[in-house]
Amino acid sequence: MKVVVVGAGPAGIRAVEQLVRAGVFPTWIEEGPDGGGRITQRPPAEFSRSHAALYGADAGRAKRLHAALDSLKARVDWRPDTLVWNIRPDARVLHTLTNGAAQDEVSYDAVILCTGAMDRVLPLPGWTLPGATTLGGAQTALKSQGVGIGANPVLIGTGPLLWLTALQYAKAGAKPAAVLDTTDLLTKARFGGGMLWNIPTLLRGMGLYASLKLRGVKMYEDVTPLAIEGVDKVTAVHWRDAAWKEHVTPCDAVALGWGLKPEAQLADLAGVPFDYDDTQQNWVPRKDAAGRSPVAGVYLAGDGAGIGGVDVAELGGARAALALLADAKLPSDMALSKHLDGRLRTERRFRAALERAFPYPARLASRMEDSTSVCRCEVITAGELRAAAAAEAPELNRAKAFSRVGMGRCQGRLCGTPAAAVLARALAVEVPEVGRLRGQPPVKPVPLQQVG
Amino acid sequence: MTRADVLVIGGGGAGCSAALHLAQRGVRVVLLERGLVGGQATGVNYGGVRQQGRHPAGLPLARKSREIWSRITELTGSDIEFDPCGHLKLARSAEDEAELLRWNALAAEHGLRPRMIGRNAIREQHPYFSDVVIAGSLMEEDGSANPRLLAPALARAARAAGADIREHHAVTTLDHDGSAFEVMANGQRFTAPWLLNCAGFWGGAIAARFGEPVPIEKLHPNMLVTEPLPYFLRESLGVVGGDLYLRQIPRGNIIFGGGRGESDAEIRVTRPRPDAAFGAMQRAIAVIPRLRDAMVIRSWTGTDGEMPDHFPVLGASRTTPGLLHAFGFCGEGFQTGPGVGAVLSELVMDGATEVPLDAFDIGRFTAASGAV
Repeated sequence: MKVVVVGAGPAGIRAVEQLVRAGVFPTWIEEGPDGGGRITQRPPAEFSRSHAALYGADAGRAKRLHAALDSLKARVDWRPDTLVWNIRPDARVLHTLTNGAAQDEVSYDAVILCTGAMDRVLPLPGWTLPGATTLGGAQTALKSQGVGIGANPVLIGTGPLLWLTALQYAKAGAKPAAVLDTTDLLTKARFGGGMLWNIPTLLRGMGLYASLKLRGVKMYEDVTPLAIEGVDKVTAVHWRDAAWKEHVTPCDAVALGWGLKPEAQLADLAGVPFDYDDTQQNWVPRKDAAGRSPVAGVYLAGDGAGIGGVDVAELGGARAALALLADAKLPSDMALSKHLDGRLRTERRFRAALERAFPYPARLASRMEDSTSVCRCEVITAGELRAAAAAEAPELNRAKAFSRVGMGRCQGRLCGTPAAAVLARALAVEVPEVGRLRGQPPVKPVPLQQVG
Repeated sequence: MTRADVLVIGGGGAGCSAALHLAQRGVRVVLLERGLVGGQATGVNYGGVRQQGRHPAGLPLARKSREIWSRITELTGSDIEFDPCGHLKLARSAEDEAELLRWNALAAEHGLRPRMIGRNAIREQHPYFSDVVIAGSLMEEDGSANPRLLAPALARAARAAGADIREHHAVTTLDHDGSAFEVMANGQRFTAPWLLNCAGFWGGAIAARFGEPVPIEKLHPNMLVTEPLPYFLRESLGVVGGDLYLRQIPRGNIIFGGGRGESDAEIRVTRPRPDAAFGAMQRAIAVIPRLRDAMVIRSWTGTDGEMPDHFPVLGASRTTPGLLHAFGFCGEGFQTGPGVGAVLSELVMDGATEVPLDAFDIGRFTAASGAV
C-alpha cells in the first residue's frame, strides 16, 4: 500500500508516527527545508538558540515533536523542499516540485493532507508598505532566522497569536510600540468561560496577557485600525480607540493577523467539498471526526482541515493515520483511536469558544474605503470589487472574473477572506452566500522550465 | 407558463448574442442558462479573435463576426478588452511556411489581407523569437478580447433591450407539439414557436432529443497564465499545427494554451492536465526562450464541443420546425459567437442569412441514415 503524507508540521509528524508504528512507511513531503510546523518552527541546523529561548512555554512540545520528526525521517521516503502543486484524485497522483525546479509525480493509494494554515488579514490603507507583514510572518522571522521585523513594531489583530508574537518580540529585545486588539474585552470575557475545556491553554493565554502588561507593553482593546502610514516604509499606525478617539502611533514595522485560515488548496483540487464554518468564519474541507474526506483515499488533519490549533493538529494527525490503517484493513490501535476521539471532542469545544472570543472583524473588512487595495497581487481596490458586484457578480468567482481580484500570484489565498466580506456587503447578503474562490492548479507558482 | 417568441438554451457567446440581436428587433426572447452566462466554452477559452487559419467555408461567418467585434463596445455598452493587436501565425519548418502561403492565397479570395513576414524580417521585428521560428504570417485585423467579459456583457445588453435572461435555469424537459416548444427549466414552464439550441457540448443532447444525434465529443482546452512580465509582445501568436497559442496582456501576464484537459464522465468536474501543461510550456520556451524563468500562476479548462470534421452545427433542424442549432464550435466559437447570434436572429426574423451555412448543416451527420 502506497501512502503519502503531505506536510511535516505537528499533524504530519503524528500521522507518520502512527503509520510507521503499524509498519507502513509513507512518502513524506514537506514544502520547507525541514519539518516542525509553524508554532514549533525550526531554525536552520547551524543556529544555536535553545528550545526554551525559541519556544518559551512550547519548548517541551517542540522538543518532543522535533525528536519524533528526526527519528521518523530516516525510516520513510522523506522529501523536504518539495511543493505539492497539483493532485489528480481519479488517477491518484500528486505533482511535485523539488527545490523550485525538479518536477515529479508521486502516486498514492491513500494520502493524508496536513497542509497547515496561514494568517487571515484585514486590508488597511498602507498594508502593502515595506515593513508591514503578518503576525505569522513576524513570528517566523524571529523563530527561523532570529531577526525581527522592527525594533518598535505595532501589532494589530486579535487572538492568542497577537499576544504571543508581542511577548516573543518583547523577550527578544524589541519594544512593541502598541498591541491593538480589534476585539472588545466583553466579547473575550463572554466566551472565555468556554475555554475552560482546556484550562492549561486558557491559563497560558491569560499568562501572555499578564506578562505583556508587566513588561509595560501598551495594549488596547476594541480598536479600529484606520491606516498604516509611511511613504517608502512604515512609519506609524493611525487608529481609533473604543472611545472614538484617534491616535497616531509611530513605529518602524507592523504585523497584522486575525486568526488563521486553512491552506486547503490541495483538498479543494482533490474534489473535497467545503462547508462554511460560522464559528471560525472560514470555509473548511469536509471530513468526519476521524479525518476521512468524502473523496476516496484522501484524509485530512491539522489546521488545513479547519483551524484547531497545535493540540488538535497532533491528535488529528494520529487519528487520521489510524482511520487510514483501519480502512485499509491493517492492524490499528483501536483503544488509541477511541482515546483520541474523546480528546478531539473536548478540544473542539475549547476551540469554538476561542474563535468566538477572537472573531474576524468582517464588519471592518466589509466597510473598508473604496480606495483600499484588497488584492495586493493585482492591486484591486475595494471600490473595483464593489463595481464588479454592481455589474452582476452574485458570487466571488464571478467577481474575480470581472475585477481580477484573486487572480495574481497568491491566487486569492490572502485576499479571499476580505474580498468575500466586501462583496457580501455590497450585495447585501451573508458572507457564506458569496461562496469562495475555486482552487486552480498550481497551488503555488511553478516555473515553465522543466528539470528532472 | 412563460410565453415567448423565441427560447434560447445556453448563455454562451452565441446564445447571448442571439438574445441581444432578437431583443433589439422587438422579439420576446427568453434565454435559459444552467449556470451563469459565459461559464463554459465562451468564458474559459484563450480569447482569440482570430480569422487566420480558418477553413474557407468558415470565413464568411468569421468575417461577419469580425464586423460586429469592431463595434462590440457600442453594441454591449461594456469594455470587453477587444484589442485588434494582430494575429501572428508562426512557421517552424519549410512545410509550415508553405502552409501559411497556401492559406494566405485562399484568404485573399475572401477579401482578407494576411501579410507574410520572412526570415530576416521576423528576426528583426521579433528579436525574442528563437531560431525555431523561420517565418510568420500576420493578420493585422485579428486580435484578442477578455473571454470572461463577453457573455456577461452581451447578456447585460440583451436584458437592457428587453430580453429575459434566466441564469440558474437548467432545462429538465423539452417537447414540441408540432407548432410550439415547451420547456421545463428550474421548475418553470416556458413556451415559444422558436427554439435556439446554443448549448455548446450539451447541444448534442438537445439535437438527439429531436431525433438528430451527432458525433460530438467534449473538448477541454488546457489553458495557463504566468505572473506579469515586462510587456514585450503585441501580437497574439499561433503556430502552424495549432499546438501552441500565446498572447501577452498589457498587464504583463502571458496567457497560453495547447493540449487538452480532462473531465469525469458526467463532466461535473473539469481539470487542466499537467502533462498537457508541460507540453505547452516546452513549446512556448522553444519559441520564446526568455519565458524559461517565468512562473505559471494558474491553469484552467472548461468544456466545448468538437465535431469530427471540425465544423460546428449551425442552421435549421432537419426534423423539427422552429428549431435552430448553433453548437459544437470546436474551440473556435469565441470569435464567431457575436456573428452566430446575428445569423440566428436573421434566420428567425428574415428566414434567411447572407452567410453560407451549407458546411454546418446538421444533415451532414443525420441525412445518410434517414433521408437517403
